[in-house]
Amino acid sequence: MMIDLLVGVLLITGAGFMLVAALGVWRMPDLLTRMHATTKAGVLGAGLILLGVAIHFFDTTVTVRVVAIVGFVMLTAPIAAHAIGRAGYFIGVPLWEGTIKDELKGRYDEAQHTLSSGPADQDKDAS
Amino acid sequence: MIALTWNLLLALIWVALWGEFTAANLVVGLIVGYLVLAFALRDMPAFASYVAKVPRAIRFFFWFNRELIRSNLTVAYDVLTKTHYMRPGVIAVPLEASRDGEITIVANLISLTPGTLSLDVSSDRKVLYIHVMYLTDEAEVVRSIKDLERRVLELMR
Repeated sequence: MMIDLLVGVLLITGAGFMLVAALGVWRMPDLLTRMHATTKAGVLGAGLILLGVAIHFFDTTVTVRVVAIVGFVMLTAPIAAHAIGRAGYFIGVPLWEGTIKDELKGRYDEAQHTLSSGPADQDKDAS
Repeated sequence: MIALTWNLLLALIWVALWGEFTAANLVVGLIVGYLVLAFALRDMPAFASYVAKVPRAIRFFFWFNRELIRSNLTVAYDVLTKTHYMRPGVIAVPLEASRDGEITIVANLISLTPGTLSLDVSSDRKVLYIHVMYLTDEAEVVRSIKDLERRVLELMR
């Protein structure tokens, strides 16, 4: 009884975070903030649902698979967000007008495909 | 690494002696194996560092989950309420991690913690560019990122 209640709460909160992730894609103003909403809420939502599944079945084979799935989601979701965010930034998707700082601006050398670590004007002096 | 292998081996022997492969047996075996190694081989440096790392890893696991939930609640609040409270921006954070594996783990975990998203690493691997959602206090953001990096490096080195 208590277990069922716990499983139910985990599944509903997990699904709720998934919903927040989906709403985030719609609500957020630019690409990068959208990636924020999907990565974190997606990972936590999937994690909570899988935790509920593991508790419900309470079986070694299921638990091992749950651990593996959560591990892979945690490993791949940020990499996907990084790849999409980076590609979007470099092909010039505009940032939201509320963005207050952009230290990455002008530091990417499109001809060489390198990214410098210092301010852009210092690099010009050096070369 | 060798200490971890020994711990797993001891756990498997424990499971074999019980004659039943269940998760509970394996977990008890890991704990018993850890205690045996911590007591019997505490003089050997490779094992001593492993013994010190395990509690740190467990603490990191709980700390990280708390951060993950906190980050989700702040983002969820901004998604669900009408006005945007965020002040996004891209900042450059100097990296202490030097090896590829370390940078990957640090960047991944940064993407999963409160309002930060790793964008790119500079070609000389000195600076990580991070998109921050709540950049009202930059020093505080940088401090928490360095704190995360320190915790990860403690575990990996």
